[in-house]
Amino acid sequence: MSTTAAQSLLIRHGLVIDPGRINEQADLLIRDGKIAAVGKDLPATQRVDVLDATGLWVLPGFVDLHVHLREPGFEYQETIQTGTAAAAAGGFTSICCMPNTLPVNDSKSITEFILDRAKSEGLVRVYPIGAITKRSEGKELSEYAELKDAGCVAVSDDGKPVMHGMVMRRALEYARTFDLPVVDHCECLHLSEGGVAHEGLVATELGLHGMPSAAEDVMVARNLELAELTGSKLHLAHLSTAGSTRMVREAKTRGVSVTAEACPHHFMLTEEAVREFNTNAKMNPPLRARRDVEAIRAALKDGTIDAIATDHAPHAVYEKQREFEFAPFGIVGLETALGLSLSLVEEGILTVEEVIRLLTSGPAKAFGLPRGTLAVGSDADIAVVDPVAQWVVDPEQFKSKGRNTPFGGWKLKGRVVKTFVGGKMVYQV
Amino acid sequence: MSLKRKDLLGMADLSVEEIQLILQTADSFKEVSGRDIKKVPTLRGKTVVNLFFEPSTRTRTSFELAAKRLSADVINFAASTSSVVKGETLLDTASNIEAMQADFIVLRHPSPGAPGILARSLRASVVNAGDGSHEHPTQALLDLFTLREKKREFKGLCLVIVGDIAHSRVARSNISALVKLGAEVRVAGPPTMMPRHIEELGVRVFFNLDEALKGADVIMMLRLQIERQGIALFPSIREYSRIYGLTPERLRLAERDVLVMHPGPINRGVEISPEVADSGASVILDQVTNGVAIRMAVLYLLSAGR
Amino acid sequence: MPAGSLMEVKKVGRTVMEAQEIARAISRVAHEIIEHNHGIEGVALVGIRTGGVYLANRLAVKLGEIEGASVPVGALDITLYRDDLDARKEQPTLRRTEIPFDITDRKVILVDDVLFTGRTTRAAMDGLIDFGRPSEIQLAVLVDRGHRQLPIKATYVGKNLPTAIGETVEVYLEEMGRPDGVVILTP
Repeated sequence: MSTTAAQSLLIRHGLVIDPGRINEQADLLIRDGKIAAVGKDLPATQRVDVLDATGLWVLPGFVDLHVHLREPGFEYQETIQTGTAAAAAGGFTSICCMPNTLPVNDSKSITEFILDRAKSEGLVRVYPIGAITKRSEGKELSEYAELKDAGCVAVSDDGKPVMHGMVMRRALEYARTFDLPVVDHCECLHLSEGGVAHEGLVATELGLHGMPSAAEDVMVARNLELAELTGSKLHLAHLSTAGSTRMVREAKTRGVSVTAEACPHHFMLTEEAVREFNTNAKMNPPLRARRDVEAIRAALKDGTIDAIATDHAPHAVYEKQREFEFAPFGIVGLETALGLSLSLVEEGILTVEEVIRLLTSGPAKAFGLPRGTLAVGSDADIAVVDPVAQWVVDPEQFKSKGRNTPFGGWKLKGRVVKTFVGGKMVYQV
Repeated sequence: MSLKRKDLLGMADLSVEEIQLILQTADSFKEVSGRDIKKVPTLRGKTVVNLFFEPSTRTRTSFELAAKRLSADVINFAASTSSVVKGETLLDTASNIEAMQADFIVLRHPSPGAPGILARSLRASVVNAGDGSHEHPTQALLDLFTLREKKREFKGLCLVIVGDIAHSRVARSNISALVKLGAEVRVAGPPTMMPRHIEELGVRVFFNLDEALKGADVIMMLRLQIERQGIALFPSIREYSRIYGLTPERLRLAERDVLVMHPGPINRGVEISPEVADSGASVILDQVTNGVAIRMAVLYLLSAGR
Repeated sequence: MPAGSLMEVKKVGRTVMEAQEIARAISRVAHEIIEHNHGIEGVALVGIRTGGVYLANRLAVKLGEIEGASVPVGALDITLYRDDLDARKEQPTLRRTEIPFDITDRKVILVDDVLFTGRTTRAAMDGLIDFGRPSEIQLAVLVDRGHRQLPIKATYVGKNLPTAIGETVEVYLEEMGRPDGVVILTP
């Protein structure tokens, strides 16, 4: 991603929403890639292009803390080019990519490779996440100083939870030196061994090996205790259980430095989606019970969860056309996140501002990114959204290479119509 | 009334009427199996492929005999899952077999839901001959057929399923069918073998076998998977056998005319004592005989409408 | 016959045999059987499900009355021997075959209600032979409506009934729960 737009653009008459800052009909002026002014009736001089946004929302570009871009190593599933195109189509202007590439991003050279590709082919800003341990093996810490210098914004072993308590403790302690959040996928691999679906009624009926909620909860508990012990920044990926939300809520009130994210599928679907052995409903953490979904929604509402993240995980079609047991975990999410999140507004769970905050400033703050805001002087990363547009999810139309979504055929309300990164339009519907 | 479906994937999909139709049809095939000439020309020219990813001599033989008594041609295709995990997908394997003009694919596979993948993509009728811990519908049907012969009515029948419920496809298929048919179903075994939320399927859970057996009309023993991997579900075979083995003394806790069933192969002296296995209460060999008639009925009923 | 077509019967049905005529036909066929076989020694009746079974039972009663001895009766379901199973959308319901005697070296008289294309008779003979080797197979039918597709001829016929190929002949018997009668249905 390259340019700084030479000319200026005036987005007029839209409903400008930057939670906590502004929520009213206003004009927004972009100049030299930055937000130059926000206000009523800004003058349209002759040298300014004008975009009429009447009836549309003008929002900070979304920030996704949890994306799998698959490059290097799994370019048949996704590339930085296709992944960022999917992000742009979903209104995301900044995405953090997980290190589970081949090779694992545990070094400066991989981080630089990703950033180089993002610069030359990417459509949105890419923030790499480095590995907590070398090759994500859970044993020796990676070189955080080097990763930080190269551009990593956090460390995580992604789908491989750090099982060893002492390794996790050292990671948290050491990361503090560089103010890097440590991101953990909370799953006790012993308790979830062989599991492919939530251990609940559906798994029992289908004869699938279950992953109990407790497998997540015990690791959330351990991580929270270690975060308190070390005073370091802990970020918990994709919470999916009622127990997790209860413990995070309690830890936050105690002042533990923890942030957390939840994925749209975990607040929109239950274990029931797995019936008929639907491999597009196979993810990790698994789709849980109704009460867990309710708990995630409540945690989004009360601020226990800071961010909506997609855990965008593209897979090739043939990989998902397998026996449920052998199909890989994960679904794509960048292009459906907004519509799904807004259905919480339709259902009366969240306000529009709450949803926008969870997609913008919430995640930006969790990782300390200077993103997710429409403050004057910041980079003009903007999503323009038609809030009443209804559309049907058609995986064949995705910009992502992945077609693996359980939401195909769903009717969603609210659609990104234009996305700007640094003032440059990177997507229009 | 007819079976308007291409495939038989599980008992959960079948209505009470469909179950009754299959049992009723099996009556006729049991009669055929009792003749000197145990063969009818019904499926002449049809091809049945037994595609088995797990060794199971008895189920495969039963299907083979059923197909042959209907005059179909039978091919046995034994595949190993390990090779499949590495290379060719299940769908590729099955598509290749279908390309040889198979009319029926009888699939035994260790992975739950595997038959459904084939059923959706292939023209051939797919019969689930056991998919992991999910279902084993023809086993449940032959169990029902045997019960119906001996007890007439399903309604009000008190039936206890004993053993590793969590990992048993036989238990799942039978629970699904028997609850639908109005029987009182109990499951008994240690909590390590009891899947979560099982009571929501309409069964009563017992951890104490003696309690479970009181008033039982039928006891269905499951085979103990001694070879199962991972952290053990019980400390020793000796202890399991002492707490959950069916002995003559325990048998006396049940009704006087109790039936003892077992899907086989039995571990003598482990889940069932030799005295019980060979007693008058045991209908284990009737189950085997009836298996052929049930499988003939299933192949016959699925052969229409394709 | 399926319940759904009862309405049709009322509209276009034409009765061609009534109860008395059916009784007379059975009586005559019984006498012919005795004459043809010089008594009923070694004779057995096998009715083809469903109508043929009722007729076989009636014939047996009649033969018993005349000869003062009983004739064994069996029931044969020919479904598994049909040659049109492939063409059907759904499988016909199977009924039990019950032949509680050894047919080997007996004169077996197959009994059916209507003889039409001959395919049912072909299937019945195949089915019967699976039970043993009769010394002879004869065929008794209440109605022969013509239009044979196989070289098959009835030994005993209650009534020859000229029909058009598109017509349907239905035989109703009290055992099925309605008065005896033979009806031609015109489409």
